[in-house]
Amino acid sequence: MYPSRFSYDAPTSVEEAVAILDQNGGEAKVLAGGQSLIPMLKLRFASPARVVDINGIPGLEYHSIDADGTLRIGALCRHEDLEFSTILGNFPTLAQAASLVADPIVRTRGTFVGSLCHADPQGDWSATMIALGGKIIAQGPNGRREIAASDFVLGPFVNALAFNEIAVEATVPPAKGKALGGYLKLERRVGDFATASVAVALDVDGDVVTRAGCALAGVGGRTIDANDAISVLVGKTLNEESIKEAAEAVAAAAEPRTDHRGSSSYKRHIVETFVTRILSNIANSEQKAA
Amino acid sequence: MAPLDELKIGGMGASRRRVEDNRFIRGKGRYVDDIVLPGMLHVEILRSPVAHARIKSIDTSAAWEVPGVRLVMTGETMAARNLAWMPTLSYDTQAVLATDKVRFQGQEVAAVVADNPYIARDALDKIVVEYEQLPVIVNPIQAQSPDAPLIRDDKENQTSNKIFDWEIGDKEATDRAFAQADVVSKIDLHYPRSHPSPLETCGSIADYDRSSGKLTVYMTSQAPHIVRAAVAMVAELPEHMIRIISPDLGGGFGNKVPIYPGYVISILASILTERPVKWVEDKSSNLISTGFGRDVYLEGELALRKDGKILGMRMHTISDHGAFFADAQPTKFKIGLMHSAFACYDIPAAHLVSEGYYTNKAPGGVAYRCSFRVTEAMFFQERMVHAAANDLGMDQAEFRRVNLVGDDMFPYRTAFGFLTDSGQYGKCLDVGLEAIGYSTFKQEQEEARKRGKLLGIGISTMTEPLGAGNSREYDIIGIKMFDSAELRVHMTGKAILRTGAKTQGQGHETTWAQIVAHELGIPADDIVVEEGDTDTAPFGMGTYASRSTPVAGAAVAMASRKIRAKARKIAAHLLEVSEEDIEWELGRFYVRGNQERGVTIQDCALAAYSNVPDGLEPGLENTSYYDPPNLTWPFAAYFCKVEVDAQTGVWDVLNFVAVDDCGVRINPMIVEGQVMGGLTEAYAMANMQYITFDEEGNCIGANYMDYLIPTSWETPGFELHEVVTPCPHHPIGAKGVGECATVAGPAAFVNAVMNAIEHTGVRNVDMPLMPNRVYEALQTGKNISGMPPVLSD
Ligand SMILES: Cc1cc2nc3c(=O)[nH]c(=O)nc-3n(C[C@H](O)[C@H](O)[C@H](O)COP(=O)(O)OP(=O)(O)OC[C@H]3O[C@@H](n4cnc5c(N)ncnc54)[C@H](O)[C@@H]3O)c2cc1C
Repeated sequence: MYPSRFSYDAPTSVEEAVAILDQNGGEAKVLAGGQSLIPMLKLRFASPARVVDINGIPGLEYHSIDADGTLRIGALCRHEDLEFSTILGNFPTLAQAASLVADPIVRTRGTFVGSLCHADPQGDWSATMIALGGKIIAQGPNGRREIAASDFVLGPFVNALAFNEIAVEATVPPAKGKALGGYLKLERRVGDFATASVAVALDVDGDVVTRAGCALAGVGGRTIDANDAISVLVGKTLNEESIKEAAEAVAAAAEPRTDHRGSSSYKRHIVETFVTRILSNIANSEQKAA
Repeated sequence: MAPLDELKIGGMGASRRRVEDNRFIRGKGRYVDDIVLPGMLHVEILRSPVAHARIKSIDTSAAWEVPGVRLVMTGETMAARNLAWMPTLSYDTQAVLATDKVRFQGQEVAAVVADNPYIARDALDKIVVEYEQLPVIVNPIQAQSPDAPLIRDDKENQTSNKIFDWEIGDKEATDRAFAQADVVSKIDLHYPRSHPSPLETCGSIADYDRSSGKLTVYMTSQAPHIVRAAVAMVAELPEHMIRIISPDLGGGFGNKVPIYPGYVISILASILTERPVKWVEDKSSNLISTGFGRDVYLEGELALRKDGKILGMRMHTISDHGAFFADAQPTKFKIGLMHSAFACYDIPAAHLVSEGYYTNKAPGGVAYRCSFRVTEAMFFQERMVHAAANDLGMDQAEFRRVNLVGDDMFPYRTAFGFLTDSGQYGKCLDVGLEAIGYSTFKQEQEEARKRGKLLGIGISTMTEPLGAGNSREYDIIGIKMFDSAELRVHMTGKAILRTGAKTQGQGHETTWAQIVAHELGIPADDIVVEEGDTDTAPFGMGTYASRSTPVAGAAVAMASRKIRAKARKIAAHLLEVSEEDIEWELGRFYVRGNQERGVTIQDCALAAYSNVPDGLEPGLENTSYYDPPNLTWPFAAYFCKVEVDAQTGVWDVLNFVAVDDCGVRINPMIVEGQVMGGLTEAYAMANMQYITFDEEGNCIGANYMDYLIPTSWETPGFELHEVVTPCPHHPIGAKGVGECATVAGPAAFVNAVMNAIEHTGVRNVDMPLMPNRVYEALQTGKNISGMPPVLSD
């Protein structure tokens, strides 16, 4: 497991890092937590001429909430920071996913934003971000731009960044009304990628759903955006009938393939089961609270 | 004088802390890859991307051009030294670097030796190999077909892919038993290919010194002396000029018994370059090319009387050995000790037929944490017993009770001719049933079912043969399977002990000292234990098949007793009485009738070097070569309770009770560690672990994202119990325990899950019981057989 030769840069500002990317015309790769890039280098699946390590750039470790309730996650915020965060009360989808990403060792290094950039069809964070309607802030030589999470993942391991852009931050808008949601993942073992997983995020006014978001990992060639499918819930309350309708619609949106983790019909069934479980859990705990 | 407290000096029964851990947890272990020799070069191996192909050409010219490359080797380089092929431990041959064909994905094709591994790896990319692909065989069923391509066309007289036919037992008596049966119960299983996957991969550093003619090889070997003999034969070097050093090993589990091409390549590379050459494989190479475990189709049946008595057993195995028959096992037994199946049950007649085949898969059916195919035998046995009890409508525990060999039946000759010698099988069963709450389980299960929950309970009971061997029956490549210990007591009563075994996590450095402490009363902390260097250790067959305590451990006790016998003479001299008047208590000789007048073992040690009686040689050292009179037979009774999620097929272990009778326990803490580790591996095999291949022979399971090793997060807790029936022929009554849990464990998990779902009519789900397979069985009520499919639709 010996990577090809590469040169290594450790810039201390985003501007400097962007300049290095820009000068190298697609031959350079950003190194964040390294939990995906380092294995790819060692397996020689990736052989960039330069590796641009952003870990030395100060001020990117944060995750914080704006006055209006917007969540901001910096490029060097680690999975573990979110797992042990005390400020994710209004983001139950993220809070539930945080302890299901990879294993405790990987979570100490791997970054939320790096995971989005990696665009693994089985990645957990991309699914939560699409369900929550989040955005990625990219910085390039000409300044910053925003990319909706739904538009960020273009395909397996392909994101919407230009070669000379760095994702500096991810943002998640606050819920209108009450934020409810959940994340369920079927894995064979801790640290395993999802056989199938489901992220659900709802905005609820009283007991009526005003916005419904959903995305799936592991059941398609890229993260599956099931926002349209779950929108059948909008304007409804959660009950057996609406939950069933939503679960069926989301399951239909999955594009699973048969492999050694299970048949396509099994994976579709898991999606349906998990949507049902997340929504039923929400309905039950809301009922108890009321 | 108060007698010594054996527990205080770290003797038998003391849960003494493992002395080796002191360096391991400080990062001070010394593994092959930690060793750096002056001028050392590094070798990287090019492996075949395809499973079966003729090699049309290999162009290495560009690799030679890479700066820092010292040598590029192909099959031709090896052939020039008559090393293109090497013998295996099963009297077959294996390609070191392919000359004619590649026969499995990952096979060694070429090697680059360079100043550092990065350069060597870069140069591998410059080697151009032209392959002409051939049809691929990925399981023994395909291998049987008359139109199957011939994998071993290199062998004269090999006209099919069959390696062997083997049988044992009494066919006619078995036929008669089946003719008398009220009920015949059948089962048909596959034990998937798994991999020992030690944390440390295989590797070697060969250092050939031309001036002295001496070859020193640091090597990850569980059996360094066998390697020395093999290297002497293969490389035609004189045995006294070969030194194999096996330093700290990061696990072995059978994976480090065979001899691998990488070792041979590093040796020839060192001879050719006259520099030390290091080879250390990566994880994927270890998983795709080195000794795997299992991969056997097992079917069979029991002839049953209505009252539950088993009258006879038939068994048929079809095993997949990969492209070269490189199983590490005793010569006489082609399918290992498969015929130990049902040894704990009183069965009058049995018959086993086995067939082995070549396939386009990696070679090396090693005894992955078991005594040579015993894992497969016991898994088949306990799945068969489970099915038979169900077929009779009998309770699982009751059916076992009816058929287990009774305490009063020892020594007991099994239908296949093994002699089991001791045990309290019924007691172990009772202890476990009580601990798991068996009597109330049925009610619990029914109530849970009303709440939509699926509970299941599984039992697995077995005795397995350990400690190969006795030399009449057990040899590897002709070398008899005894073992050895050499004990030197220094002047101050401290000692060094060396054995022919080789620890790789078992804790020999701790437990061997405890045996000496028990025999001589020398505190365990005063004894250092050394293994693995063929220039210093006495000849032994190494550590695998749970044989260390049964064989080398016995040799430790016997060497200690020889020392004690000599010390007694010295004591008599010191106490000025005749030897007959000397009595022994732990650590001390005294004059009969006058306990106050005595000398310690330390006093005797000093006298051995300073005040020896006339006619006695000075010094206090001795060696014992121990040839065990029989195998040892530990017993395990395991009980597992699970809950299956009917909507997903996910199953959770609610409770697991393990009752082990491994005879006398030298270090109870280490025994418990061994059982827990083994149960974890058993859980992995039952739940998630397998290596499979697609139709083209691509290995699925070549990395840790696909080949799953359970972590502490999902591994269930285990409740351990003990019953002690000393081994009647072992000097300290021990039976060995390293492998009981891996062997008996899988069936306990599988039987529990099956018990939870068999109301649907399903009879068997093959391992691993992944959620999707359990779910499908629940939905359809049909058996799930064979390896999970790997191709996408
Ligand atoms: C054993 C193991 C198990 C895992 N299991 C899971 C799992 O269950 N679920 C899951 O979702 N993930 C899993 N992962 C992946 C893990 O979450 C990674 O941390 C994550 O995918 C990448 O984050 P990183 O910070 O490590 O990125 P890196 O490895 O540093 O980079 C990954 C890719 O993103 C690019 N990149 C990173 N940051 C930026 C940036 N700010 N701007 C532009 N490009 C950037 C890099 O150039 C590279 O191409 C696992 C990883 C391992 C090793």
